[in-house]
Amino acid sequence: MRKDIVLRVVGKILIPFALVFALYVQFHGDFGPGGGFQAGVIIAAAIIFYGVIFGLAASRRAVPEALVESMVALGVLIYAGIGVAGLLLGGNYLDYFVLDHDPVHGQHRGIFWVEVGVAVTVSGVMLKVFYLFAGRGRDLEE
Amino acid sequence: MIETTVIAVQLALMAGVAVAIARSRNLFAVVVLSGAYSFLMATALAALDAADVAMTEAAVGAGVSTVLLLGALHLVGSLEAKPARSPAGPLIVVVLTGLLVVYGTFGLSAFSDPQAPIHRHVVPRYLEEGPKETGVPNVVTAVLASYRGYDTLGETTVVFTAGIGVIALLRRRKRPGKAEAP
Repeated sequence: MRKDIVLRVVGKILIPFALVFALYVQFHGDFGPGGGFQAGVIIAAAIIFYGVIFGLAASRRAVPEALVESMVALGVLIYAGIGVAGLLLGGNYLDYFVLDHDPVHGQHRGIFWVEVGVAVTVSGVMLKVFYLFAGRGRDLEE
Repeated sequence: MIETTVIAVQLALMAGVAVAIARSRNLFAVVVLSGAYSFLMATALAALDAADVAMTEAAVGAGVSTVLLLGALHLVGSLEAKPARSPAGPLIVVVLTGLLVVYGTFGLSAFSDPQAPIHRHVVPRYLEEGPKETGVPNVVTAVLASYRGYDTLGETTVVFTAGIGVIALLRRRKRPGKAEAP
């Protein structure tokens, strides 16, 4: 599809908006619908869109495979790390009240990082699966 | 009233799409139809005011999984093989299971009935105390990330494990390399 000018132009216009929308869904999830999972999926979908239009090599250049693979594990580590941070600060595991001197702020902080962890793992897994599938197809063509 | 009609129309369309998927031999059409099915599901969820789930369904069901299925079709070809046995047996099992599920729904309380047991256990506390305790106006986020933090950690780990499993299955093995070839 690399030669389809309509797709290329529409993709170039839409992908930045999709990414910004993902960030909105991520960081506005406390107030409106959305959260880490939705944001992670939208980020992955935007990059997959890029890969479908401009080719796997281009999307691998934009989002390298090593980064994607570390994101898969990093998100779970962030999430679990918030739990450990609660333990170190004298609370229970995944207890957010102790993360700040004001319990409500602590909750906010905990939820923020937990959602970041979810988004990182989800987008990493989706992208990795896409790279693996698309990569196999190319193997056969070679 | 309008919502009920919209949802009924969407469900009818989804049933039509499902029949078309079952009848089609062309797998490319099946993949595109299942994307349409997911989009109908997403709009039905949006009509039910479940914006979070609708977003997920539209992005995962209609977007990412359609692309992955198309990638799979690229590998296996797009014409379904003739079934080895007659589909009558599986059809009977599916119909019986469906009837059982429909029978089960008669035991459920009415949709969005505030007196339903599920709405009287911890829900009042979440709705009344949640915004005060967590400072997060969106109750879904408060429940998901704070009150049910362990569950969400488990879910994230499930996604992680699924990803690791796919990597283990599909990773390209290093060719008996140019450098360290035996």
